[in-house]
Amino acid sequence: PGDIGLLLQNKGLCFAWGPAEVLVCETLFGRAGESRSRSWAGRALTGSVVAGTENGAPSSSRVFVVRRDQDIYIQTLRKLFNESHGIFMGLQRSEEELAGKSRKAQLVQVSKNYRSVIRACMEDMHQAAVSTRDPALQGQYSTQVSILSAMELIWNLCEILFVEAATAGPLLLRLLDWVRLHVCDVDSMVRDVLGSESPSKHKLFWNVVDIFVLQGRMDEARHLLSKEATANPASMNMYKILDDLMKKMPVPSLSNTQTLTELELKWQHWHEECQRYLQDGTFASNPHMESICKILLGDEDAILEKKELMTTWYHFLVTRLLYSHPTVKPMELRFYAQSSMDLFLGGESSPEPLDLILMAAFEFEMHQVIKECSIVLSNWWFVAHLTDLLDHCKLLQSHNLYFGSNMREFLLLEYASGLFSHHSLWQLGVDYFDHCPEYGRVYLELHIERIPLSTEQKALKVLRICEQRQMHEQVRSICKIMAMKALRNNRLGSALSWSIRAKDAAFATLISDRFLKDYCERGCFSDLDLIDNLGPSMLLSDRLTFLGKYREFHRLYGEQRFAEAARLLLTLMTAHIAPCSFWMTLLTDALPLLEQKEVIFSAEQTYELMRCLEDLTAGNPDKQKFQDDDVETTKVEMLRLALARNLARVIVKEGTVEGS
Amino acid sequence: KCGIVSVQDNRISIWSAGDLGNTGLNGEYHGEPRLLCDIQHNGDVMDMQFLDQERIVVASSTGTVTIFRHHQNNQTLSANHRWDKAHYHVDQDTSCGGAACTGVVCNNPEIVTVGEDGRINLFRADQKDAVRTIDNADSSTLHAVTFLRTTEILTVNSIGQLKIWDLRHQRNEPSQIFSLAGDRVPLHCVDRHPNQQHIVATGGQDGMLSIWDIRQGTMPVSLLNAHEAEMWEVHFHPSDPDHLFTCSEDGSLWHWDTSTNVSEKPSFLHQGGRSTAYLSHSTINQSVVSAWLSNDPTKDRMEITNLIPNQTLSVNSLDVLGPCLVYGTDAEAIYVNRQLFA
Repeated sequence: PGDIGLLLQNKGLCFAWGPAEVLVCETLFGRAGESRSRSWAGRALTGSVVAGTENGAPSSSRVFVVRRDQDIYIQTLRKLFNESHGIFMGLQRSEEELAGKSRKAQLVQVSKNYRSVIRACMEDMHQAAVSTRDPALQGQYSTQVSILSAMELIWNLCEILFVEAATAGPLLLRLLDWVRLHVCDVDSMVRDVLGSESPSKHKLFWNVVDIFVLQGRMDEARHLLSKEATANPASMNMYKILDDLMKKMPVPSLSNTQTLTELELKWQHWHEECQRYLQDGTFASNPHMESICKILLGDEDAILEKKELMTTWYHFLVTRLLYSHPTVKPMELRFYAQSSMDLFLGGESSPEPLDLILMAAFEFEMHQVIKECSIVLSNWWFVAHLTDLLDHCKLLQSHNLYFGSNMREFLLLEYASGLFSHHSLWQLGVDYFDHCPEYGRVYLELHIERIPLSTEQKALKVLRICEQRQMHEQVRSICKIMAMKALRNNRLGSALSWSIRAKDAAFATLISDRFLKDYCERGCFSDLDLIDNLGPSMLLSDRLTFLGKYREFHRLYGEQRFAEAARLLLTLMTAHIAPCSFWMTLLTDALPLLEQKEVIFSAEQTYELMRCLEDLTAGNPDKQKFQDDDVETTKVEMLRLALARNLARVIVKEGTVEGS
Repeated sequence: KCGIVSVQDNRISIWSAGDLGNTGLNGEYHGEPRLLCDIQHNGDVMDMQFLDQERIVVASSTGTVTIFRHHQNNQTLSANHRWDKAHYHVDQDTSCGGAACTGVVCNNPEIVTVGEDGRINLFRADQKDAVRTIDNADSSTLHAVTFLRTTEILTVNSIGQLKIWDLRHQRNEPSQIFSLAGDRVPLHCVDRHPNQQHIVATGGQDGMLSIWDIRQGTMPVSLLNAHEAEMWEVHFHPSDPDHLFTCSEDGSLWHWDTSTNVSEKPSFLHQGGRSTAYLSHSTINQSVVSAWLSNDPTKDRMEITNLIPNQTLSVNSLDVLGPCLVYGTDAEAIYVNRQLFA
């Protein structure tokens, strides 16, 4: 939204809410009633530049369009939203009956799935950054890559500490994996060194060895060191000892082959051995190897010297733990974390938001982690999904916000609401609302009515969603909107189709009236393919039934089945299927039947018709209308005459004894 | 080589699904579909079809019909020809008055389109203007169109009618109208049996699959209850028409199999998936009467399989060729199944 901050110097701010954005503009008007300038041209709410004067001098105002959740418009993030939706749904549906270990394994797998989606997205984003030629876009993509990378870092740590809840022993191994995967880019350095002709002479050689040691990658470190030994036979002795120490280092294992106590004991012995070698001065002649030995002993200063290699305090933390306290318990992490950060930053720099989030994680302050992430990240994706997962791990007590809903639901509602402002991602949002038990339905009802229905297919999708959730109000409302649109475009068949879907009798009546009006104006029916094929839908409304039957009358007449046609016509009036407004037309339709050579209407039927005519003319107190309108009067006269004639003929006919 | 055309954020994209020869020892497919090229498209893509090896006709929600050409030498897409406002409403309120073009079918060089305006257009690929337009062909929305014969087309609409139009005649009336017996449930898709041209399948808004014999009667031969929501597309397998595929808003894609070898095995040995159901159909004279039209429930069985294990969002579109099945979902994903009959 640019520089809104500059707006507010001596000016007010006015705004208007739109469906997906807010229009904001500066104004010289204060609250209602005040004004500092007499010739202000009006509030700019339509997006145009408004000119106003301030003390006679012209000034112009700008209108800003403020849109939330810009991230949903980033192409490459859509994969993240779509795939994570699938994982989210899988998690909601997963069997809760699984208990203990298998449930935990299931949840860890879900967590890993989320992370792999983040990584896939990072890859795509990286590709996009590399292949684009627009520097602004490239900047944006690169920023996104770092944000995603940070998200994966945090998520991974949360997975280790909260979802998997790694215990002392495995905890360290997991943290080592975490550090190796995320912190500092070792691979390119390694490639350079190994690819050179004599690796041990490479200037980065000892850097690589050091970083291997710092990350507990003993085999790789030893492999490199052997190259140094072959190139420099003088140090063979030293090398053998160091190699041996590194080989023998006791590490926690994932399987239960040894208890923590056994490990601690072994480790103590090993530590003392290293100590002895150091104090004997074995490595005195080679400062690099000596430094490695100090690291093995967990010497903080020695480790801190390699600050540039480790790059972050949490790498420092894990290295410290590896070499001074490998059997660290989860609850002890907080102390080591705090001191590691203090030592590493050393008062030179202050912690960044990422550092604070990770610290909160080490301190097992889940709510703090979520809160900090919410503040720092630009959309709700991360916190919504992470909180949902943690909730499934039964780790979050209901953290009551002022309106009483719990945190998981609050975050999911915010995330899903954001999705709804997108023209196609809204479908994902529906499922999220479904899994918010308290307010989900209400939010869905409000949002779904505001989706722009640009095509019928989209409207059908929205309708299906509403029907599946018994949202009858919304079904009616949407069908009415679509039916009105169709009606305005003269698509009467479509309009009827929408009324049938909503079982909207009132609208069906409206459509029928439209047909009848067209008929009266043009003298023939339009859209016969529809009226002739109404089927059971004819019963939806009386007017529609009348329309169908009236058309049938015309068909019968066309097929010269006069007796049936006559009977039908009469029924339409006597059974009150026809609206009163149409009776005149019906009676006029009876005229040709009355004038046929053959007598069609029986005496009784003729009496009925006469009664109808009298009801029609007498029933209208405003006789002026009839009397002034010549055509109407003529019609009535003609009808009376025809009816009388018919009556005469039929009385004679019925009175005559046949064949005698 | 399988080419898939997809739509993402209103772009037309061409993907390579890889060579058919690129399979491992057990026949597993290696590699994912690769994006070859794409191009911006104005409006939602409602339907599309290959006109020939290089050209694709696309129907847009703005009412425009566009021919895109795929240049295989440098892997680019370009808009070759466009018919703007092929479909439109006469509404003073909307600024553009465009009506969505809902269906397109090609028989090179002829292209037929239908839309929400109830209009049928006949285009030729090399001609600027429409060869023929039937205004107000239908009072409701036309949802799909397909060729019955080279001079006849089939359309389905939103009041449950199947209509045959003879393009040789100049009258703007259908030559035949078929409709469902009961409620006028809108029909969304239609396909004709590749070999036996009197057999037509349609899919409705209630997920029902109807099989029609257009030589006789005005009502369907069979009604098969399938999906729980709109059936968006129905396709007979072009070379193996005992197989039919349908996809739906409910997120499932069904494979309907009436091939006889199914009936040889006793039912408890059938290798159905978790969601396999059996329907009885007879095959008295299998060679003469298609299994689709039989109505003696005693003899043979039809096997129906849901090809999607974890369904979530709607499957909007599918296509099938040889052993390859492609489908796209509302989760913005395209799936390729290259061993349909394995």
